[in-house]
Amino acid sequence: MDVRYSPEQGALRDAAAHVVERLGVRVVADLDDEERRTALAAAVEASGWRELRTPAEGGRPCASAVEVAIVAEELGRGLADVNFLGATLAADLRRVAGARSAAMPETVALSADLAELASSVEGTLSGRAVALDASSCSTALVLVAEGDGFALGAVQLTPRTGGADLTRPTAACPAGSAVAAIDASSRLLSSDAIAASVSLGLATSCADLVGVMRGALTMACDYARSRHQYGAAIGSFQAIQHLLADALVLMEGSRSIALHAAWAVDALPASDALPAAAAAKAYCARAARTVCESVIQVHGGVGNTWECVAHLYLRRALLSSDVLGGVGDSLHRVLAARGVGV
Amino acid sequence: MDFADSAAEEAFRLRLRAWLVHHNPGLPPSSTADEYWAGQAAWHQTLYDAGFFGLSWPTEVGGHGLPSVYDVIVDEELTAAAAPPRPSVGYLVQGLLRHGSPHVRQRFLPGLVNGRDRWCQGFSEPDAGSDLASLRTRAVREGSAYVITGHKVWTSYSDAADWCLLLARTDPDAPRHRGLSAFAVPMHQPSITQRPIRMINGITREFGEVIFDGARVDADNMIGAPGEGWSLAMTVVSHEREPGELGYVARYGKLVNELSHVMRSGGGRSDGEARRDLAWAMVETEMLRCHVSRRLSDRLAGVSHGPEGSVDKLLMTWTEQTVGHAAVSVGGVTPEGGDDTLLRAYLYSRAQSVMGGTSQIQRNLVAQRILELPSS
Repeated sequence: MDVRYSPEQGALRDAAAHVVERLGVRVVADLDDEERRTALAAAVEASGWRELRTPAEGGRPCASAVEVAIVAEELGRGLADVNFLGATLAADLRRVAGARSAAMPETVALSADLAELASSVEGTLSGRAVALDASSCSTALVLVAEGDGFALGAVQLTPRTGGADLTRPTAACPAGSAVAAIDASSRLLSSDAIAASVSLGLATSCADLVGVMRGALTMACDYARSRHQYGAAIGSFQAIQHLLADALVLMEGSRSIALHAAWAVDALPASDALPAAAAAKAYCARAARTVCESVIQVHGGVGNTWECVAHLYLRRALLSSDVLGGVGDSLHRVLAARGVGV
Repeated sequence: MDFADSAAEEAFRLRLRAWLVHHNPGLPPSSTADEYWAGQAAWHQTLYDAGFFGLSWPTEVGGHGLPSVYDVIVDEELTAAAAPPRPSVGYLVQGLLRHGSPHVRQRFLPGLVNGRDRWCQGFSEPDAGSDLASLRTRAVREGSAYVITGHKVWTSYSDAADWCLLLARTDPDAPRHRGLSAFAVPMHQPSITQRPIRMINGITREFGEVIFDGARVDADNMIGAPGEGWSLAMTVVSHEREPGELGYVARYGKLVNELSHVMRSGGGRSDGEARRDLAWAMVETEMLRCHVSRRLSDRLAGVSHGPEGSVDKLLMTWTEQTVGHAAVSVGGVTPEGGDDTLLRAYLYSRAQSVMGGTSQIQRNLVAQRILELPSS
C-alpha cells in the first residue's frame, strides 16, 4: 500500500492547478467573461483530460479514476466553468458499451432528482431528466432499457440552461423527449458495468467537492487575515479560528475517503467500488455543505451578497452533492452493502 | 497511488488472519468493561510474541523495522476477526525513541514494546490540564537520585503500571516550559499511592490518580537532558493524537460490525434515527481507515509528523463520537436483558474529545500552526 501520488500524478495535478489559476473563476463577474471561458474550454480541450476514460488497448480506460479525480479536484477548486464531469461520464459509458467516441462535445442526463442515470423506454425519456454540464453540449447520453441490460441512447439538448450551480449549468429534458439510438454496433451494459460508471461519477463528484472545500477555505482564511474588527484581524479570534479549523479537518477527512473511492473504481469489483463511492459521497457532501456555510459566515454580510464568490462554491457543492445520489441515497447504499437493508 | 497490498503485505495479512483464528482472546471492547483491561497485558504479549506487534519500530528495541502501513493491515484484520485492538503504547515508544539516550532506550524500550513491562503516563495534574506547562510536581536532586513530590491525574492504567513516564519540575527558577524534565519512575514503591477513578460508564480499570510523596528515581532514569521534559511531552502528546499510532480504527470497526449484527438480527432499535446513525458510523469509520492509510503512506518517505496530528485527532474524535451515537441509538437506554455494553460504549466516547488534548486545544493548533491564522 502506498497511497501517495506517483510523480506523473503529481505532474497532472500541477498542470490542472496551473490552468485553473490562469483561467478559473475568481470573481463573480468572471462568469460573464466570454473570452476567459473560451480560453478555459480550449485549454481543457488541448489537455486531453476529457479523454481520460476513452478506451486504450483492450478496452481499458486510458487513465484510472484517480487521474480523473486529480483533475476534478483542481477544477472544483478553481470553480472551472467547463464540461468535465459530464464529458468524462459519457466517455466512460461509451467505452464500456464499446461504442465509438462522440463526434461532438457530449454529456450525460440524470433522473430529475439527479440520483441515477436517466433512462428511456420505446424511444422516449421515461420521466423528466436533467443534463449535466449542458452549456457546451448538444446531446446527452441516457440508458435505454433493452432485454436484461441497457443500451445507450442520446437526447437532444435545448440551449436553455440553468440550475443552482452557476459554473456548471444544467438543462432540463422533458419527459417524453425523443431518444435516438447511438452506434448500433455497441454492446448492452450489464448492471455491474453501470454500477462501475456510477462509482466513477460519484468519485469524480467527491473530488470536485474536495476541490470546492479547498478553494472556499483558502478564500475564507485570506479574508480572516485581512478583515479587521475591534482593532484586530478577525482570524485572531478563537470563534473564527475554530470554525475554520473544523472546515480544514472536514476537508482533509473528505480528501482521504474520496481518494479511496477514486482508487476503488478500477481496482475493486463494482459491488465493492459502489459502496466505497457512496460512503465517500455521504461524507464529502455533508462536509462540503458545512464548509461552504462556514465560509459564508466568516465573510459576514459580504458573504451573503451576490458579488462574493462564496455562494459560487456553495452552489457548486450543492450540485456535486446530488449527482448520482446525495447524502440520503448514499447512506442507504452504505447500509445495504452491509446487509442492513430496508 | 494504490491502497492494495504489495505481495509482502498480502503474505503478512494472510499469516495474521490465519493466526487470529486460534488466538483471538475474545475480550470485550476496550471501552466498555474492566475485563478488557484485566486481559490486556496477556493480549499484548501474545500479539508481540507471534510477531504482530511493534511492526514499525526499530529492531534494536524489539520492533520489526517495517513501514508503518503494516499497522493498517493489523487494524483491518483485528477488526474483521472481532479481536481486541492492538495495545496503544506507541506514543510512549516514540517519546523514548526520540528523547532517550542509547542507555535509556535499551533499558526500557524492549519491555515496553514486548508488553512485559506495563507503563503509565504521568503528565496531567489537578491544576494542570490543557495548560500542562503549569504543572507543579517537583523532582529534587539528592545524590544520585531525584525525589518526587506531587499529584498526577487522568493516569491511564496506573493500577497495573510497573513504570510511569513522569513529567516533573526540576528547575523551579527556569521559565515554566524550560524547567521540566521527564523520568521513568518505578511504580512499585511505598511512597507512591494510586487510586482508580471511576469513569461515567462505570469502568474503574482505566483511569487513576497517583500521589508521589517522596518517591525516588535514579538520576539515570531521566529521559533526555534536564529541561528537555516539555519537548518530550510534545512528542508524546502529538503521537497520542494519531489514530495510526493508537490503532483505534480497529476499535471503531469492531463496534460498527457489532451494531450491524445487532440490527440485522433484529435486536436493538432499527427506526430511521438508529439506521441513519449507524450509516454515519460506517461512513466515519471508513473515512478514518482511509485517512490513516494516507497518513502512514506519507511516512514511507520518512516524513515525520507535525501539527497535522491535531487534524487526525479531531477526525478520530468525531468518528468515535459518531460511533458512540450509533451505539446508543441502536442499543437504546433500557437494553433487553440488562446488557448495557452499547450504552457504556457511548458514554466512554465522550472522553475522546478531552483525552490527549481537548478538541478546543486541537482547533487552536490547527488554526495557528496549519492555517497560520494570526494569534490573538
